[in-house]
Amino acid sequence: MKLEVRELSAGYGQGQVLHGLDLDLPAGQALALLGRNGVGKTTLVCTLAGLLRPTGGRVLLDGRDVTGWRPDRLARAGVALVPQGRRVWPALTVHEHLALATRHGGRTWPTERVYEVFPRLAQRRRHLAGQLSGGEQQMLVIGRALATDPRLILMDEPSEGLAPIVVDQVAEALRMVVREGLTLLLVEHDLHLALGVTEQAAVMVRGLIVHRCPTPQLRGDLPTMRRLLGVAG
Amino acid sequence: MTSLAQTRAAPARPRLGVGARTATGIAAGTLLLAAAPLYLAPYATTTLTRILVFGLLAASLNLLVGVVGLPSLGHAAFFGVGAYAAAWTAIHGLAGAGALLVGVVVAALVALVAGAVAVRASGVFFLMLTLAIGELTQQAADSWESVTGGSNGLYGVPAPTLFGTVLDQPATTYWYVLGFFVVGMLALRLVSTSAPGVVLRGIRDSEDRMRALGYRTTAIKLGALVFAGAVAGLAGGLLAAQQRLVTPADVGFETSALALLAVVIGGTGSWWGPCLGAALVIVVRDSLGATLDGHGPLALGLLFVLVVYLLPTGIARIRLRRAAS
Repeated sequence: MKLEVRELSAGYGQGQVLHGLDLDLPAGQALALLGRNGVGKTTLVCTLAGLLRPTGGRVLLDGRDVTGWRPDRLARAGVALVPQGRRVWPALTVHEHLALATRHGGRTWPTERVYEVFPRLAQRRRHLAGQLSGGEQQMLVIGRALATDPRLILMDEPSEGLAPIVVDQVAEALRMVVREGLTLLLVEHDLHLALGVTEQAAVMVRGLIVHRCPTPQLRGDLPTMRRLLGVAG
Repeated sequence: MTSLAQTRAAPARPRLGVGARTATGIAAGTLLLAAAPLYLAPYATTTLTRILVFGLLAASLNLLVGVVGLPSLGHAAFFGVGAYAAAWTAIHGLAGAGALLVGVVVAALVALVAGAVAVRASGVFFLMLTLAIGELTQQAADSWESVTGGSNGLYGVPAPTLFGTVLDQPATTYWYVLGFFVVGMLALRLVSTSAPGVVLRGIRDSEDRMRALGYRTTAIKLGALVFAGAVAGLAGGLLAAQQRLVTPADVGFETSALALLAVVIGGTGSWWGPCLGAALVIVVRDSLGATLDGHGPLALGLLFVLVVYLLPTGIARIRLRRAAS
């Protein structure tokens, strides 16, 4: 699914966070959205997912204007969100999570396909989500998003609070998402993870995208990384 | 190390699955309740009938409070509307199951109209809106004399009939009420513990996440409110059949508040807990209250404070915790 964002503005009450942001993400491409804290990455993800209403600009999916659509309508149109902080339902089992994602009335993946992607979830299918480890919960949230058969996945800090070994598992899950040909917008502080799974990178500063290039190019451009992201070394 | 042969030699004792255990428990409970009039005095049977009616109301409210996360202070509106509609229908010639059906349908329609406004709000705003709906309904019951009988209420409701038999004895009325109570409770259980129940609990715990999965949460919450209103209407119809009288007090805030009290005391975590709460509320208010010089409400208040402090998850949770441990 092709994503186009034109002069998008959004914020909270009187506080404007996005100031006329432009972004193009071709279908099937994976983009890492980078930037320091507070530059508006999560605000952009929430706006694209319909959780926050834009105050200006347009959002187009495959050329169709979806500006201001409600989250459920966007989800049925093929947009999935993997929110920051995992956000599982602690009192529901793994299987109930996936069943929920496949019952909204739109196109879905069979639950077994999610288990094929994440065999660990198959082993834990009868466990409550609240009893899972952080990495398993993250797999569950990604699996839950995949089960809705999305064409665009918005991921906000999937590695947040995870042990390094678990981050590697999440990275493998993200590579799988890319291999499936889904369009991926990945907000991530872990540069190693973000640049390791995406083809393009964009850097945000104060509500705008100020730099965009192929991922290998950014990896080799230490001065830019130092200037825009505060990377030491 | 245990060999395969050893494992085969000592097969596990066959055990009932959770579903079979629940079905057995429901059947045993129903049989026990059905036998109650055989060993209880008529007054006690009448009290037990009131408990069943109020228990069904509380259980329907629990679908909103415990499963969907919508605490309502106006649930008695649907109960009262169901009671008035069933009583009016019975007075005008269609007593029994037909009157109950009219009560259910009218209560569901009122819940649909009221819910279309209320479910767009949440938390305190939902509470206040439902309180207003309850008060408006009571006001209508009080002032629409040609239909509701005004402050005198609708009296002279004929006893229900079943296969030509008039059910006007405490025991027969009790069995009639018990039959529909079981139907209502099974319907509530089906909704709260099967796939729709998982969706409703998902909305309770995070409506935003459910919307992000593609669910039209407002429509689903409205559906739950209409269903809970219909079951409350069934309870109201049973009240009309049992009391043979419906008054504006049955629609008002006090009834809603007592139902919410029963849900909190019984526990929102189980589908049958609110019935236990309802039993305690009725016994303390009606039976114990009479021996306390009319201070039943004070005793109820004390009971509520005790439960909130000592059993914050409700009485039913004690049993659930023990069963789990």
